[in-house]
Amino acid sequence: MTDAPLMTPGSADPASSPVTPHGVPHRGGPMNPSAERIRARFPAAFVRAEVVWGETTVFVRPDAVQDIVRYLHDDDSERYDYLSDVTAVEYRDLELPLQVVWHLRSLPYRRFLRLKAEIAKSAPLRVPSVFPIYQGADWLERECFDMFGIVFDGHPDLRRILMWEQYQEGYPLRKDFPLRGRFSRSEQLRQALAAEPESRYSMTELTIADAFEDLPLEMRRRLAGGEKTGE
Amino acid sequence: MAEKRTVEVSLSTSGLDAAGRPQRTPLVVDEGGRISTLEAPPSLEPELIGEHMLINIGPQHPATHGVLRLVLELDGETVVRCIPHVGYLHCGFEKIGEYRQYNQIIPWTDREDYLNSPGNNVAFALGAERLFGVEITPRCTVLRVIAMELSRIMSHLVWLGTTCIDIGAFTPFLWSFQERERIYTLLEQWIGARLTTTLTRVGGMGADIPDGWMDGLRDFIRTLPKTIAEVDRMVTRNGIWVGRTIGIGAMSAADALNAGLSGPLLRASGVAYDVRKDFPYLDYETYDFEVPVGTDGDVYDRFLVRMEELRQSVRILEQAAARLPDGPVNVDDPRLILPPKSKAMSEMESMIHHFKQVMEGPRPPIGETYVAVESPKGEKGYYFVSDGTPKPVRWRIRPPSYVNLSAIPQMVEGHLLSDVIAINASIDIVMGEIDR
Repeated sequence: MTDAPLMTPGSADPASSPVTPHGVPHRGGPMNPSAERIRARFPAAFVRAEVVWGETTVFVRPDAVQDIVRYLHDDDSERYDYLSDVTAVEYRDLELPLQVVWHLRSLPYRRFLRLKAEIAKSAPLRVPSVFPIYQGADWLERECFDMFGIVFDGHPDLRRILMWEQYQEGYPLRKDFPLRGRFSRSEQLRQALAAEPESRYSMTELTIADAFEDLPLEMRRRLAGGEKTGE
Repeated sequence: MAEKRTVEVSLSTSGLDAAGRPQRTPLVVDEGGRISTLEAPPSLEPELIGEHMLINIGPQHPATHGVLRLVLELDGETVVRCIPHVGYLHCGFEKIGEYRQYNQIIPWTDREDYLNSPGNNVAFALGAERLFGVEITPRCTVLRVIAMELSRIMSHLVWLGTTCIDIGAFTPFLWSFQERERIYTLLEQWIGARLTTTLTRVGGMGADIPDGWMDGLRDFIRTLPKTIAEVDRMVTRNGIWVGRTIGIGAMSAADALNAGLSGPLLRASGVAYDVRKDFPYLDYETYDFEVPVGTDGDVYDRFLVRMEELRQSVRILEQAAARLPDGPVNVDDPRLILPPKSKAMSEMESMIHHFKQVMEGPRPPIGETYVAVESPKGEKGYYFVSDGTPKPVRWRIRPPSYVNLSAIPQMVEGHLLSDVIAINASIDIVMGEIDR
């Protein structure tokens, strides 16, 4: 291991030496400087910022998310080059808006920032995708769509990922989705067996050359009979 | 790392160009939606152009390391396109977590990344303790470091054995599983369970280590390096191994970072990001260890990085064993920690605490936190949102191998079909964590 790493975290701030946080206050404490810069640069999109358990959360308007993330990724004083997570939160109080959460890391500055956008339940659940900026958002956004029904505008391939593509019961992590599913156990079992996800190919996959001819006879018969193939 | 590349192999992968980059053949679709022509790489025989084949691997296939399904488009033996399908093991862990008290969720964390159960338990407890605003005791901190590093070794040993099997070496599998068995014995002595440990509680551990346990640990860390050296001697310069791994599945540093890779995959690509160093927890900054970093980001570098991580984990374990302080394991907080059974049965106050905890559960203040640790697979994060009730509003797992696996099309395209198995093995996926 003699070669120097191509990219070292903390390179933009070499004097810093990170330590384990101890005695973190519930609210308050030093705020991530990026929050103030987002407020100065995007005054119309900035809603508020808060520090909870030492982590800075910036609330922004949903339509500006992509611009803000692009700024955070590209600007030399921010350099948030790592997308940790994309997820959503729905509160038990159904009046409260749905929150989409992005966890961003700036490895050169060793900073962590939580970006949040609130979408009212009455509005269409749409936010811009950050896939053009972080390729890693691909499956994270698909999962968020699968579990919450949030549409990420600009995602090239937004379809269900953990549930099968024909799944019709709704979005499992929404609070109005019952823990045991919408149907009886026997009906759920019947649907799951009928779905046969492992023997289905999406239309994209079936465009692979003359793939239709190569499919098993049974599947060709099903497809010829007009069965949906997923997409 | 460069001086280790002494074995010269000629890459016979037809899908690579002279610079070693995968060749991609774009599909050309005409207006009718039919695939009309293909731009053929010059090396192919003309009559074979356009003959693409659809290959389905999995979901039930031993080389996919779980119920993963890969749909591959092949041009000859070269992968042109890869479409992964996951979700066969989805059982809604995050949804179930919203209906459980915090301590009741810990058994679920055993079952997501089941090769790394103690590490998940510790990560979950760290997140929950941040949410409760609890500081754990010094002894607990060191015990948790021991648990995390043991589980890192455990997971890497499974990775090593199964990857060797996938690439054609059987013996290292037996060696590594023998060592892994010794860790399971240690864990069994500690907590009573082997695979699903449920080692931690919010505010402490499920149990303190038994008498004489440290001797067993010292014995293990004394002899493990010998096994690692044996595997190293057998595999690292082995012509078959090197031929199957060098230049396969390479990701550049910028690509890997942008794809959100973490753990050994990211470090093999040349990014020295390790949560233990850069966003430390459990006082990892006070331990002396190195973060191994590769240069090429191929399967071989990932192997070298993981081998070195095994040795570094042994170093951390040595230091932790030397510094383990005496004292209580659990925090002194009756709202969080169950009283001993004898007290609960004899003292009124302890009985009330016991009752309140079991029936209602401890209540964290309103708030949220995202706590990430360096799991063997990468950055594993637990995100909690609390509304002040004993059950979380949202418990989110940031699964490292889920994000790592999402980059597999980029890694395999342009390589041979047999390389798909090697690349898939090098990602070190655990489907329990991916599907949750």
